[in-house]
Amino acid sequence: MEFSRRNVLVLGAGTAAAVSLTGLPAFASVTDDMIAEFTGGADVGSGALSLTAPEIAENGNTVPIEISAPGAVAVTVFADGNPVPAVATFNFGPLNASRSASTRIRLAKSQNVIAVAKMEDGSFQRADVPVKVTIGGCGG
Amino acid sequence: MAKGVKPRVKVPKSAAAGETITIKTLISHKMESGQRKDADGNQIPRSIINRFTADFNGENVIDVTLEPAISTNPYFQFDAVVPEAGEFKFTWYDDDGSVYETSKSISVS
Repeated sequence: MEFSRRNVLVLGAGTAAAVSLTGLPAFASVTDDMIAEFTGGADVGSGALSLTAPEIAENGNTVPIEISAPGAVAVTVFADGNPVPAVATFNFGPLNASRSASTRIRLAKSQNVIAVAKMEDGSFQRADVPVKVTIGGCGG
Repeated sequence: MAKGVKPRVKVPKSAAAGETITIKTLISHKMESGQRKDADGNQIPRSIINRFTADFNGENVIDVTLEPAISTNPYFQFDAVVPEAGEFKFTWYDDDGSVYETSKSISVS
């Protein structure tokens, strides 16, 4: 695909319009619904799950995150400001003793990254990290 | 099959029995999210790797479900315990049905 100046401008305008039309609250409730679906409506504690993400991400296309949840069987990661909030689900096998993993994710804009862990005893843990995304490097 | 898909995996060659090692994996893949549009305004269809698994001698280490929000060239780093000498097997599942596999053996000193 060629990036002529005209194309880039048209694309930029289109994205801005799409973002303002769909709005933020809709995204947030979708995320909450998905979390509720994952937990089955159970109470969600916090503390045992740690989620590491940069405070400021210069490039929203590759944001490094790390999850660490000793005693978890599965961890799901959500980004509440993305068009599709689900990011990834990590299912840990018996050989992954530390129950930790890291990867790189896409973030459409500044938002919260949320991790929800299902523990071995059936309880749930949650961790939220706000990430500021400054695509283009002109400040957020 | 998507073009230019090349899995790369970094596993230590040897470890002590019961030692926890760190594994790094990366596969080159565009991870087309299905959100982008081409120059004519048509939606570019989604084409991603939707699942990644790592096994050691048939026992599961990690099983990841990927969504479009995973970056281009999906990278994973995780720990694994090595109880005995054997082989790590890594598998990536593409949306188009292709399966990419690679394996690394490790010896116990």
